[in-house]
Amino acid sequence: MATIAAPAVERENYLNTDFSVRSWLLTTDHKRIAILYLISITAMFFVGGFAATMIRLELLTPAGDLMSSDTYNKMFTIHGVVMVFFFLIPSIPATLGNFLVPMMIGARDLAFPRINLASWYLYIVGAGLMMYVVLTGGIDTGWTFYVPYSSTYSNTHVITAIVAIFLAGFSSIFTGFNFIVTIHRMRAPGLTWSRLPLFIWGHYATSVIQVLGTPVVAIALTLVALERAFHLGIFDPRLGGDPVLFQHLFWFYSHPAVYIMILPSMAVISEVVSTFSRKRVFGYIAVALASIAIAVLGFLVWAHHMFVAGISVYAALVFSLLSYFVAVPSAIKVFNWTATMYKGSVSLTTPMLYAIGFIGLFTMGGMTGLYLAALGLDVHVHDTYFVIAHFHYIMVGGAVMGYLAGIHFWWPKISGRMYPEAWGKIAAATIFIGFNLTFFPQFVLGYLGMPRRYHSYPPEFQVLNVMSSAGASILAVGYVLPLIYLLWSLRYGEVVSDNPWGATGLEWRTPSPPPTENFLETPVVTWEAYDYSTVSEVPVAR
Amino acid sequence: MHDRAIAATHGLRHHFADLDQQRESATLGMWVFLVTEIMFFGGLFAAYLVYRTAHYDAWVTGSEHMDFWFGTINTVILLCSSLLVALAVHAVQVGRNKTCALYLWIASAMGVAFLVLKGFEYHAHIVEGAVPGALWKLTVPDPQAVQMFFYIYFVMTGLHALHVTIGIILLAVIGWYAAKGAYSPANHNSVHVSGLYWHFVDVVWIFLYPLLYLIAHKKA
Amino acid sequence: MAEHVVSRKTYIVVWGALMALMILTAGLSRIDLGEWSTVVALAIAAIKALLVILFFMHVRYESQKMAWVFVVAGFFWLGILLALTMTDYLSRGSLGVAGH
Repeated sequence: MATIAAPAVERENYLNTDFSVRSWLLTTDHKRIAILYLISITAMFFVGGFAATMIRLELLTPAGDLMSSDTYNKMFTIHGVVMVFFFLIPSIPATLGNFLVPMMIGARDLAFPRINLASWYLYIVGAGLMMYVVLTGGIDTGWTFYVPYSSTYSNTHVITAIVAIFLAGFSSIFTGFNFIVTIHRMRAPGLTWSRLPLFIWGHYATSVIQVLGTPVVAIALTLVALERAFHLGIFDPRLGGDPVLFQHLFWFYSHPAVYIMILPSMAVISEVVSTFSRKRVFGYIAVALASIAIAVLGFLVWAHHMFVAGISVYAALVFSLLSYFVAVPSAIKVFNWTATMYKGSVSLTTPMLYAIGFIGLFTMGGMTGLYLAALGLDVHVHDTYFVIAHFHYIMVGGAVMGYLAGIHFWWPKISGRMYPEAWGKIAAATIFIGFNLTFFPQFVLGYLGMPRRYHSYPPEFQVLNVMSSAGASILAVGYVLPLIYLLWSLRYGEVVSDNPWGATGLEWRTPSPPPTENFLETPVVTWEAYDYSTVSEVPVAR
Repeated sequence: MHDRAIAATHGLRHHFADLDQQRESATLGMWVFLVTEIMFFGGLFAAYLVYRTAHYDAWVTGSEHMDFWFGTINTVILLCSSLLVALAVHAVQVGRNKTCALYLWIASAMGVAFLVLKGFEYHAHIVEGAVPGALWKLTVPDPQAVQMFFYIYFVMTGLHALHVTIGIILLAVIGWYAAKGAYSPANHNSVHVSGLYWHFVDVVWIFLYPLLYLIAHKKA
Repeated sequence: MAEHVVSRKTYIVVWGALMALMILTAGLSRIDLGEWSTVVALAIAAIKALLVILFFMHVRYESQKMAWVFVVAGFFWLGILLALTMTDYLSRGSLGVAGH
């Protein structure tokens, strides 16, 4: 790493411009809001992680001996609600996206900075309510809130949790809405759509889903809350309602929500793979349009979650077929990343290790998704651990790996200091091993017939469950390591240059950490995306 | 774009290059928000469609218990208030802040009139017993499905009334700023954007009116 | 790129059309058109909504093409929600299940 001597007088940047608490809590600087989000979602990640730990501890033994079945129901519900709505959905967009979208397009801020701050406050109020639910008895409906259990029978804090999710949902809408307007209206001179980094394309596609999908789940959950509060309802079969309608409305958002989690991750991977292969992303246009295609097709497949819920056979056939189509743009991305690395000058830094891990794990998650889209096979493995393993390969193996790749990749830009590379590699390897040990056995368990959401199981499943729990403990170590060394690097990390990776994005053509206004003068873009002839810095082999 | 005339930068927020960019962002932002609103109401329209298809006769019965005139007069009120908001945008575009304020306030007052009428209408439903649940008193065939009609009616019009309430406050506040002369022909995004919101509320009602009030009146 | 100023006359003509359409739909609802009454009522509502969107909401004069795209996308996605949901409800029981 080329060391640049720290200047005698520290340059003014967005971090040292004002140290007061007030300047943070009332900031409209997208970079500071990104940091606020980063801290908040990290806290929520460990809440969700705690619930996961309890689940894996319970499943060490076949008997339901650690906690009662009611408590177990609450644990997997808290794990699901917190991880989905309070970690994964805001994870990359609200942190890296918030920080980088304006910088990558050469803007001074997002189009609506105050709405951006409002989005964080909505998230915080929502997260606070959710913590209240967690601490005062929990909720046991599962993260899917299926009626009539959630509307009629559950005795837990369903309404409070719904309000919490409603607020988090609107915080997510605000983020998406801000990105869409910013990307359309605030690009630097010369930065045409075909010159945009793929990170921007991915976030644009994500924002489209957030804006179009989230309101539908908001209204569906509102109807559940009304039904619960006033004992009347449109989902209650006793009153002539149809519970399946709730599932339609819920999955209309919650299936595309998976793409809210994975598209930003793919966006990070495109940047990382290109930078560390030192090659333009192979088939740039195809990768960019694949993001949009995923966003659109993602809205046409939702009822594949409902094959056994009583939908018509005809509808099931239609949704099964449509589900296959999503595989096409996803596969295009995987092929093109691989082709980008082919004959590239690949350097295996920590972000690149995560990116390669992502490609492999996402491919497995995606392929098993095709099994599940097949009508006949889905009836066999529906509600088993096969499904659990599948979506954790997407959400953890995909989304979280991409998130960690991005955090490491842009950490020098965010903090102005480098993370310790050796520890980074150790953590990446630990997470990869821990992840596979945790979730691969669950494919087998599911295929053998172990259902999800039970706290006890037949003894013959114990070996695979112990493997899974052992893997989870390795995974936990892998997640704690970056927390420690990234905090350590804030003080002791090596001070970095503006562009330590020799990357091409506009965010690398401004100081690290950036000044409050992002650019000392508005950049004018005259080059295509990923044109490595425009950067003088060459990354030093690490 | 930075070297644009300094004179045109009054009211320009720091992160925009010029007023055109600021105006286009505000307009586009409102449209994105309204798309969100379409989908927010969309969930209810989906529920409406599913149950109307399943219980068409009950929908006719339910609609028979709706007051045609409440619905029609409220439609007139919203269409007129929309015209006023459109004229308010015109007034501010030609620099007449006071006229703009007047139009916005009248439109806001018409919103209040809409809500008052809606209140009388809800009251009539309660008196008649056309409220699902414990207050239900109607004797009609298939009461369960007719209650479903009224439940969906109350949720849809209730959500709409919530939007009207927000719109009333918005128009009144923007009118107040206009009266203070806060806007200029070059910079009046708040008026334009609040207008978009109010028209959207009108558009929702344009669909609710035939879907709720006009099913039953086809007496041969 | 300056904002287009729509004349007051245009607004008033559009408003007149809206009122006329409202009277039309209210009047038609008194006549039994059978299957067609819903179609006609919704068609009139759609025309009214279109008038409001194009003229009162300035989409007709909007310099940004994206405003058009977003309006269309909003209604298109509503269409996806309604159409695919109804795909299920309208085809319940239309195909037999093997073994049943």
